[in-house]
Amino acid sequence: MEHKIHIFSGHFGSGKTEVALNFAIKEREKGKKVNIVDFDIVNPYFRTNDARSILSEKGINLIANNYASSNLDMPTVPLNILSVFDDKDSITVFDVGGDDDGALALGQYKQYFDRNGYEMHFVVNTKRPLTMTCDELLEIAERIENASRLKFTDIYNNTNLSVKTDENTLFSNYTEIENTSQKMSIMIKKNCTAIEQIKVPQSLKNTIFTMKIYIPKPWEIQ
Amino acid sequence: MGEKVLMKGNEAIGEAAIRSGCKHFFGYPITPQTELSAYMAKKMPKIGGVFLQAESEIAAINMVYGAASAGVRTMTSSSSPGISLKSEGISYIAAADLPCVIVNIVRGGPGLGGIQPAQSDYFQATRGGGHGDYHLIVLAPNSVQELACLTADAFNISEEYGIPAMILGDGTLGQMMEPVDFDSIPEPVYADKPWAANGSDKKRPKNVVKTLFLDAHELETVVMDREKKYDIVKQELQRYEAHDIEDADVIISSYGITSRVVETAVEILKKDRIKVGVIRPITLWPFPEKIYKEVKPKAFLSVEMSTGQMVEDIKLASECSAPVYFFGRTGGVIPTPDEVVQKVKDIIKEVE
Repeated sequence: MEHKIHIFSGHFGSGKTEVALNFAIKEREKGKKVNIVDFDIVNPYFRTNDARSILSEKGINLIANNYASSNLDMPTVPLNILSVFDDKDSITVFDVGGDDDGALALGQYKQYFDRNGYEMHFVVNTKRPLTMTCDELLEIAERIENASRLKFTDIYNNTNLSVKTDENTLFSNYTEIENTSQKMSIMIKKNCTAIEQIKVPQSLKNTIFTMKIYIPKPWEIQ
Repeated sequence: MGEKVLMKGNEAIGEAAIRSGCKHFFGYPITPQTELSAYMAKKMPKIGGVFLQAESEIAAINMVYGAASAGVRTMTSSSSPGISLKSEGISYIAAADLPCVIVNIVRGGPGLGGIQPAQSDYFQATRGGGHGDYHLIVLAPNSVQELACLTADAFNISEEYGIPAMILGDGTLGQMMEPVDFDSIPEPVYADKPWAANGSDKKRPKNVVKTLFLDAHELETVVMDREKKYDIVKQELQRYEAHDIEDADVIISSYGITSRVVETAVEILKKDRIKVGVIRPITLWPFPEKIYKEVKPKAFLSVEMSTGQMVEDIKLASECSAPVYFFGRTGGVIPTPDEVVQKVKDIIKEVE
């Protein structure tokens, strides 16, 4: 059965928000009903809630706490979050805050996730300090699994250097991710890229997940 | 060139500090700088350094005072309301001529204000902030790479002159992610510290670090000697980045994240054939006044995330050789490139 709940989790700064936004928008563009949950209790800036106008334009239901992107740092979960577990017709995407600190908030909903079934995607950027090697990736994955009381089901490789990403960046540390995949016994489901010109090994062509950057920097023309 | 990594501004400050020999970090959490404390908490134990989360900002800055007195490289960080709390301790550190680095990742104010980015602590940073005749060296980076480079510089400069240095960032700089190369940051240059209260082993007279002077004339001498040091710093340390200033009709000044918005605006203005130049102060104290005396625009424009706190420094530096206009947003709002473009076009109409 197709899982309707998709949780994006990983090290903070791994690009979970952009991957989750792109995933939600792709599902919506296939004609499905989609909820996206801004489940970030850690990060005050650059969060799913910042993309609310594009989400509303696309007809995606955003569930976020009332204080997200406001002047108040209120690390709370959205009040209406339980509604997504009853909404069996929709795909629901969770954008979780970074590290075990962010994943901790998931644990309280374990019974709902178990009952509904879920996929939890491990978003990985090996250009980030503390997640560059297999050992470091395994450590953060274990901490997140323990904090959330959930298990990762696959890996989304989102290795990038923001504006300095080049054709080689995405697969530059791929062996580390492959080793992580083997040791955790989960597959590398997608390789994410926001740039068009990249070198992709033939065998990985069908894993490419092309992304648009939906949250602009303040100095970019919007 | 070394290998680039992707980092948040707050993390990059922490990593640069560790590479610059910072051994003691005393923190207290506040949004939007908390990632810096969190990074130090994870990293300091691994390098044999000290991370201590104090019971308050006031305790943290006084721990910096203690560590600096003993001659170790030390740092603290906070955001606007927390820096106000630290101000008494900062005044003591300046009064004792001690080196240290203080990071302010500025948020909206005054009062509790809000957690969104701002630049409204310019007066507090450049005019001292606490009591007494003193200055901080104030550095204003505008990218994650520059946050790392200027943090390394801050440790060296602060130690060279015996003046506390402040990194004045803003919430956006602290929170945003950019590639950074740590191999290109300045190497630590250590100064002798014959004054350090680090144990005499009875082989020399004991060192005393103090800010209390019983005799008024003695205190006056200490303050006036420090004033001479400030004059040297004003001559030696003025830093800025400038372009297209020779034949500019309007010269825009901004610092930190706002300067990134200004650069986008300048690209648009150039396409419209408007002659616009840029002076971006990198040291806010000492303010880079020399360059303002060399240029002859029809107008200056200061763009800030405040109500115009840098305007008077531009007026003083330029000796009002041209009118100084202002455009700013405040309270946590970031100006957009379009708003800056419109302001420049309005100014052109007024001055021509």
